[in-house]
Amino acid sequence: MKKVIKISNLTKKFGNFTAVDHISFDVEEGEIFGFLGANGAGKTTAMQMLCGISMPTAGEGTVAGYDIIKENELIKRNIGYMSQKFSLYEDLKVWENIRLFGGIYGLTDKVISTKTDELLKRLDFKDERNTLVKYLPLGWKQKLAFSVAIFHKPKIVFMDEPTGGVDPAMRRQFWEMIYEAADQGITVFVTTHYMDEAEYCNRVSIMVDGRIDALDTPAKLRGHFNAGSMDEVFRQLARKAKRGD
Amino acid sequence: MKQFIAFVHKEFYHIFRDNRTLLVILGMPVVEILLFGFAINMEVQDIRVAVYDPTPDTFTNGIAERIQQNAYFNYLGKVYSMEEMGELMRKGKLDLAVVFQQNFQEDLVHSGDAAVQLLSNSSDPNRGSIAVTYATAIIAGYQREQTGLMQMPFQILTENRMIYNPLMKSSYMFVPGIMGLVLMIICTIMTSVSIVREKERGTMEVLLASPLKQGTMIFAKTIPYMVISFIDFIIILLLSYFVLDVPVNGNLLLFFLIAIIYIALTLSYGLTVSTLVDKQVNAVIVSAITAMVPVLMLSGMIFPIDNMPMVLQALSTIVPARWFIEAVRKVMIQGQGLMMVWKEILILIGMILFLLVVTIINTKKRLE
Repeated sequence: MKKVIKISNLTKKFGNFTAVDHISFDVEEGEIFGFLGANGAGKTTAMQMLCGISMPTAGEGTVAGYDIIKENELIKRNIGYMSQKFSLYEDLKVWENIRLFGGIYGLTDKVISTKTDELLKRLDFKDERNTLVKYLPLGWKQKLAFSVAIFHKPKIVFMDEPTGGVDPAMRRQFWEMIYEAADQGITVFVTTHYMDEAEYCNRVSIMVDGRIDALDTPAKLRGHFNAGSMDEVFRQLARKAKRGD
Repeated sequence: MKQFIAFVHKEFYHIFRDNRTLLVILGMPVVEILLFGFAINMEVQDIRVAVYDPTPDTFTNGIAERIQQNAYFNYLGKVYSMEEMGELMRKGKLDLAVVFQQNFQEDLVHSGDAAVQLLSNSSDPNRGSIAVTYATAIIAGYQREQTGLMQMPFQILTENRMIYNPLMKSSYMFVPGIMGLVLMIICTIMTSVSIVREKERGTMEVLLASPLKQGTMIFAKTIPYMVISFIDFIIILLLSYFVLDVPVNGNLLLFFLIAIIYIALTLSYGLTVSTLVDKQVNAVIVSAITAMVPVLMLSGMIFPIDNMPMVLQALSTIVPARWFIEAVRKVMIQGQGLMMVWKEILILIGMILFLLVVTIINTKKRLE
């Protein structure tokens, strides 16, 4: 399998505070990679370095085949990003949001309009084409945000707690979409708080105090920690954390 | 370029979908012009005046008549003793007393000069001194007329001429100030808020993770506000010209050039503010305080800079609106050309460069 993310000794310091402490890992193409950790463990900072938003203090790596230090602009062309907060524009209509991000990723008007029709049909959103995004229910918004994040067919999509505040039924539907994307060869890099979601991932890493303390498939992690669920695994590791919330 | 256009579209949608903001943006210049033009009228009108004339003659009657006819005065009539005059003044029924000496005409004709006293109620110093100024002007005008008619060598006691603003219209002073104020408020608050809003809502992160260049994004963000500011500028100009009768004496192109430079400056300032704060509320507060208060207090819009203590005069030199207002007064009211305003233009451009450098440095720090 091809590795789409290769990271070694990635470190980020803010003054005396080491937010991310020499983390190393690889992610394979088409994999759903769960990036877990308590609040303040350094997940978001690590992810921002992978996306080329934030410069590492030390360490190196490649994302989508490009160097994270020298070629971060090329990385940005090849990834999708969904932030913790809802990341579409509420005062734009559904199709306007799609067109905006299509335009930002350099798609032509023609491609945008065919793909928009396709997308709205697939999501069963056809009647909502001209609805302002703020009037959509939260679950729909998240689905739309995810669809927009992978609209330009990125190699990897990064998601920072995409299902925060969404009800369980909607979360299930959302994970179905994630699987669909992975089937199309899009690598999924996702952080989450929900341990049931961790079980859906191919592999999971758990960050504690800026380090990665565990990385494996959910089944192997449960075996290793002699735990009945990922929740238990997570709690065993998180107990060691010195940083508070 | 496609990115740019897509982004400009988005910014216009943001503005046009937000009716309240749109109302503020387009309504503010109208309200301010009308407010400053009519409600806050610094002109002194309805000056209550009485005349004491112990020995009436052609000259004193002539002067009294002129005062009576003048629209700024409210002529209460003649009084017959100084006591009566003092009484009126004490009761606050009088703003100005015109007191002629005895045998006014005789003295004037024989010795070539005669005196008239102008006593003003200067408990409101501004009103008092302006009342005196008006009256002096009327008397001087009357003297000039008489001198011309009778070929008599009268002594002209006063000569008052208010250059560029013969009617002492305060709107001449306010209009450039309001332009400076409205543009500063709209551009600075709107741009800083529109950028900070993206940070607050999390859309900024998505934009940063996209191939959109920061420069493109920021430039695209400023375009709609540039357009709207220019519309505001035109609104103020039209209202001033047609409603307040403020003349546009200078070169219109030069005037527009100055306005565009100033708009660019206020937008740059908005960008600078947006790099300093993370919350929309803070963006509004910082912009409002740093953009509005100095414009009102230190730009020369209301209080003349020459009358300020040295410290404040020095401080006023870093207020962009001061230079803009000065340039607009020169070009719009006085009709001066580029030669007279190049200094102001260069200072404004220098300020733009400074703000952009600060903005770039701040943005870089943030990303490291």
